[in-house]
Amino acid sequence: MKVVIFGCGRTGSTLALELARLGHQITVIEQNPNALVRLGENHGCEVVIGSGLEDHVLESAGIREADVFFAATRGDNSNLMAGQVVKLKYNVPKICIKCADPLRAEAYRKMGYLCVTPSLLTAGLMRDWLLGTPYETIDVYNVLLDSLKV
Amino acid sequence: MYMILVGGGNVGVQLARRLLMVGNEVLLLEKDVPNAGRLARLLGEENVMLGDGCEMLVQRRAGFGRADVVIAVTGEDEDNLVVCQMAKYVWHVDRVLARVNDPDHEKLFLQVGIDNTVSATGIIYSLLEQQVMPDSLLPVGALARGNVEVVETKLTARSPVVGKRVRDLPMPGQTNIVWLLRHEHGQMVEGDTILEAGDTVVALVPRDGAEQLRTLFGNR
Repeated sequence: MKVVIFGCGRTGSTLALELARLGHQITVIEQNPNALVRLGENHGCEVVIGSGLEDHVLESAGIREADVFFAATRGDNSNLMAGQVVKLKYNVPKICIKCADPLRAEAYRKMGYLCVTPSLLTAGLMRDWLLGTPYETIDVYNVLLDSLKV
Repeated sequence: MYMILVGGGNVGVQLARRLLMVGNEVLLLEKDVPNAGRLARLLGEENVMLGDGCEMLVQRRAGFGRADVVIAVTGEDEDNLVVCQMAKYVWHVDRVLARVNDPDHEKLFLQVGIDNTVSATGIIYSLLEQQVMPDSLLPVGALARGNVEVVETKLTARSPVVGKRVRDLPMPGQTNIVWLLRHEHGQMVEGDTILEAGDTVVALVPRDGAEQLRTLFGNR
């Protein structure tokens, strides 16, 4: 698959390397050239320096041919906006958005976007490890914190 | 009216000031601690709140649920977009308004249902266009979620419509010249009105008819 990943932090770089290892065609978009060290050498990914909110950057990353787009920067709002640009302007079929704020993530899930909240996944996995219960799906962990709901 | 502003930069502060002056209940949200303190001294403690206006918990404390208007005026388009979407879809605020810093983003805001945007770059460009290129067709506003544009143009002697009766103009469908300014006097336009050089005319045109109208007026 042709995969575009916006953000080369811990999440983005790990995902890029893993999917590249599995033989997929990866392009990473990252604003800060220093962050690219996370990919190491011989990573086999294409790299575009710039912001994934800008059309020309997305286009030079080959967004028009992409099968899937991951928004994985540390900025929730950048991720949410990039995900919407990619869906509405470029019609990429699969989009996954990292959103650290669980409440914001829920609001955008209701608008039809797949949002993944790392803290909820981690907490859920830790809970299941402790209890010895089977690990669940993203959707189950994503709605863990009912107490936070407004 | 209760108006919440997000972003305590120059735009937010000046806007808050004016809205307070005309008697509105105003709350300005600012996430930077020192700046929020400064703004509280400037605008009054009760009119400023420290917090990230994109956070739902902050939005609840700020009273998004009873706001009549939410205006996002930070310098970051992604923040303004999220504030407006949350205000509209989570809190069902009637009127939301976003500042758009990068004019390339205006279309996206429109597509996701944020139909009231203000772009300083866009406005300055229009004014500049008016000064430098007096023939051009200028967007003044949008109606019907952007499907209908309100445009104005100043007719020069070169314009092919000068001397013609409005009813005889081959206008694009659903397009109306509604008003004109002639020698500093505004007047409604009727079928019999004959256009003159120097007239500033205002027209309503569906988005896909703008190009045809531009050709009709002889705009470049």
